[in-house]
Amino acid sequence: MAEFTLKVNGKARKVDVDPSTPLLYVLRNDLDLRGPRFGCGLAQCGACSVIMEGNAIRSCVTPVSAAVNKNITTLEGLGTVAKPHPLQAAFIEEQAAQCGFCMNGMIINAKVFLDKNPHPTDQQIKDALDPILCRCGSHVRVIRAIKRAAGVKA
Amino acid sequence: MTKQLMSRRKLLKNGGVMIISFSFAGPVAKTFAQRPANPPFVPDPLDYLDPRELDSWLAVMQDGSVTVFTGKVDLGTGIETALAQIAADELDVPFEKVRMKMGDTAKTVDQGRTAGSNTIQGAGPQLRQAAAAGRLELLKMASTRLGAPVEKLTVTDGVVSIVDSPSKKVSYGDLLGGKRFNIKVTATGVQGGLKVAPEVTAKNYKDYKVVGQPIRRVDLAQKLTAEYVYTPDFKVPGMLHGRVVRPSNVLSTKPPEVDESSIKQIPGIVKLVREGSFVGIVAETEWAAVQAASQLKIKWADPQTKMPAGREAVDAYLRKSPTPESANVAAMAKDAESAFARASKTLEASYHWPFQNHGMMGPSCAIADVQGDKVTIWTGAQGPFTTRDRVASMLKLPKRNVDVRWVESSGCYGRLTADDAAEDAVLLSRAVGKPVRVQWTRADEHVWEPKGPQQLFDMKAALDANGNIAVWDSTQWTFPWTEAQGTPQLGERQSGLNFADPDASGGGGGGGGAAPMYDVALKPGRGAVAPWPQDDPTPLRTGPLRSPGEPARVWAVESFMDELAAAAGADPVQYRLRHLKSNKRMTEALVAAAEKAAWKERPSPAPPTSDNIAVGRGVGAAVWRGTTIPVAIAEVEVNKTTGHVRVTRVTMAHDCGLIVNPDGLLMQIDGNIMQGVSRALLEETRYDASGVKTVDWMSYPVLRFREIPEVQTVLINRPEIASSGGAECSVVVVPAAVANAVFDAIGVRIREIPLTPERVLHALKSESTVSQRL
Repeated sequence: MAEFTLKVNGKARKVDVDPSTPLLYVLRNDLDLRGPRFGCGLAQCGACSVIMEGNAIRSCVTPVSAAVNKNITTLEGLGTVAKPHPLQAAFIEEQAAQCGFCMNGMIINAKVFLDKNPHPTDQQIKDALDPILCRCGSHVRVIRAIKRAAGVKA
Repeated sequence: MTKQLMSRRKLLKNGGVMIISFSFAGPVAKTFAQRPANPPFVPDPLDYLDPRELDSWLAVMQDGSVTVFTGKVDLGTGIETALAQIAADELDVPFEKVRMKMGDTAKTVDQGRTAGSNTIQGAGPQLRQAAAAGRLELLKMASTRLGAPVEKLTVTDGVVSIVDSPSKKVSYGDLLGGKRFNIKVTATGVQGGLKVAPEVTAKNYKDYKVVGQPIRRVDLAQKLTAEYVYTPDFKVPGMLHGRVVRPSNVLSTKPPEVDESSIKQIPGIVKLVREGSFVGIVAETEWAAVQAASQLKIKWADPQTKMPAGREAVDAYLRKSPTPESANVAAMAKDAESAFARASKTLEASYHWPFQNHGMMGPSCAIADVQGDKVTIWTGAQGPFTTRDRVASMLKLPKRNVDVRWVESSGCYGRLTADDAAEDAVLLSRAVGKPVRVQWTRADEHVWEPKGPQQLFDMKAALDANGNIAVWDSTQWTFPWTEAQGTPQLGERQSGLNFADPDASGGGGGGGGAAPMYDVALKPGRGAVAPWPQDDPTPLRTGPLRSPGEPARVWAVESFMDELAAAAGADPVQYRLRHLKSNKRMTEALVAAAEKAAWKERPSPAPPTSDNIAVGRGVGAAVWRGTTIPVAIAEVEVNKTTGHVRVTRVTMAHDCGLIVNPDGLLMQIDGNIMQGVSRALLEETRYDASGVKTVDWMSYPVLRFREIPEVQTVLINRPEIASSGGAECSVVVVPAAVANAVFDAIGVRIREIPLTPERVLHALKSESTVSQRL
């Protein structure tokens, strides 16, 4: 076990964990966050995505030791039901989810993508989200929500 | 072989109890379930909340809000919202004032599993009648309070007033807030067949105000901001973390050799749990459990699989199982024979559908707390009561000692009719006396989730001189579709606590045959359900996969219908309409889909093109379990160099009677289209003698953003017809439409799913394999 200080959603948080622990388990079990989800543990589905220093990373294969002193943002860090982030507001507006389990990955990756490309085409959105899996089949609404958030006329 | 085939049917001896493990033979059944006739189920009042108590269904709070209790659960399809709409509508309270309490075995009535798109059609009327009874009771109270007869009262937004003097009013909250109704209603039957308060007249559909509205889902804002608590997020004080280790092949009860020293160096291991062949690890942290599960040295003592290796061998095995002849098949045999003899054209074809996965995004997860003879379970199960009954049976406890509280899980599409993880958690918690959370890995889920079964179809039909279908003979071979549902789960079997359970519900299914819905005078149809070659559970055990059996059956029927249309030189839509004169709703849905898709009348295939990209369109139609009517039209592009099929657009017309929430329904249809395209183009559970080979999202790919089609949907609302299913019904027509579009594009019929580039290229190089004799 070892002590680490993580900068999560703007706050410094201390944890005492095995250094090899994937960041995902630390965020979920030690810091009680629910945004990042366990989907595969293999970096294949994107459900565990968080933003680290402006990039979307797969927290299920990132050891906690690699996240020290890095700014980490989870879905909780974007907004709340009372005060949603514009992307979350757009997803709510478009009702872009069914079971919603994969939506952490969708929103986190869309956030990083829109920060770099504020006016994307449909194809660019599809390319950006291609690695993120959704099994309920909410793809069409997810694209609509991202376009809405980007202010692109749907 | 016959001996082997019969092995599951014979009496098995287990723990001194004689049991009949399985029944597969029997006449071709129209319904989907086929299982041993159990004695009628009589619920013990100590185990079940009484459906005759109005308080079992409704609670009115002091602020006038209403809690509606239902044994149903929301699998991500939005029924929490839709059921609240139904209750709000009947009670005349604002939608925002209705809350749902779902799937708690101690606090809700058992309305049967949430499966088979049965919630709106089954539980909807149950809740509406309960709400109508509640409304009437509140009116009676208001009548006393206001001094006016019930007939003179009206309700707006939960406030009762006198029609002629609206200033005289009283709210539901003031009438009952916080107190119980304490009245009884009539309730007969059980679960899905429960009839609630038939003595009360509910509203006429013309008076519905909340039902029919595209109200936003009550759960999505929380889900999209991580405020929602899913099963894997649920925490209990003192909770430990568990993992279960299983081989990738057959399971028996014989204990494996386990080297406990191999995980000694991992800090935080609480216990290595062994019971029969069940092996699990309990640890203080999740990471310790993960490491221990992957590092544990274990030598499995499992029996060799008797499952034929690979899909061709399984097809051969399926074909050897007996096909029961129903009385009507025998009666029409002579007529069918002479119709074939007279025919101007006869066609025959066989179709192969593979094993497929449900592929939940979140692998199975459950939390259990076993304290003495009391058990509490938090799980995303589709049947909380099923989970309760299984665990009670496993631990030989009264049902009332097991409390199952549903917490929403990842979308599961039928997978969680089996609840292996809950039993795993119970076995581990029981071993350590503390609450344990079990999380399956991705490989656990891909390998051990119950699969949708491999299926085979033989079709033979004859056309008369006018090109109409004179006779259509069909045979379907399949494994049972719902084997893992309600029967002993993996841990229960491995531990030896219950290898099989004669009273288990579910566990059968399949064999409905493959007779088409079309107007054909002679339709002899047979359905064979093959028994498994061995009793030990294998990773190919089955569970209901989004519309069990139906996507395969409809694909086979609708592909063959297209082959007949092509043989008759007719347009596929027109040819169907010719054979649908008796079904007005089906006809209207077909026409609606064709109009929306701007379907151009011509026979298939399309005229050959010299372009590398061949374009085609195809149709698929069905009557889902005699009720909901989906019609899909798919448009595809086939790359003749690479064999890659791209579905560019899917148009769906959908008639499920009264639509409760049109936006929720559109969402479900989107999902059915994506899953249908995915299953048609990409999905196949691969296996050989050593086990399942598709263990993750790389080896078992599903549809991704770059490949999604455009979607357009026509909702046909029929408020005068009771709502039928909307969650899984439209997936059944999508693979058919895609396959017919591929034929239209390339002019060669591929009779295997999925339509991989290899199969397309192979088809392009070879002649059509259809045997036609003129």
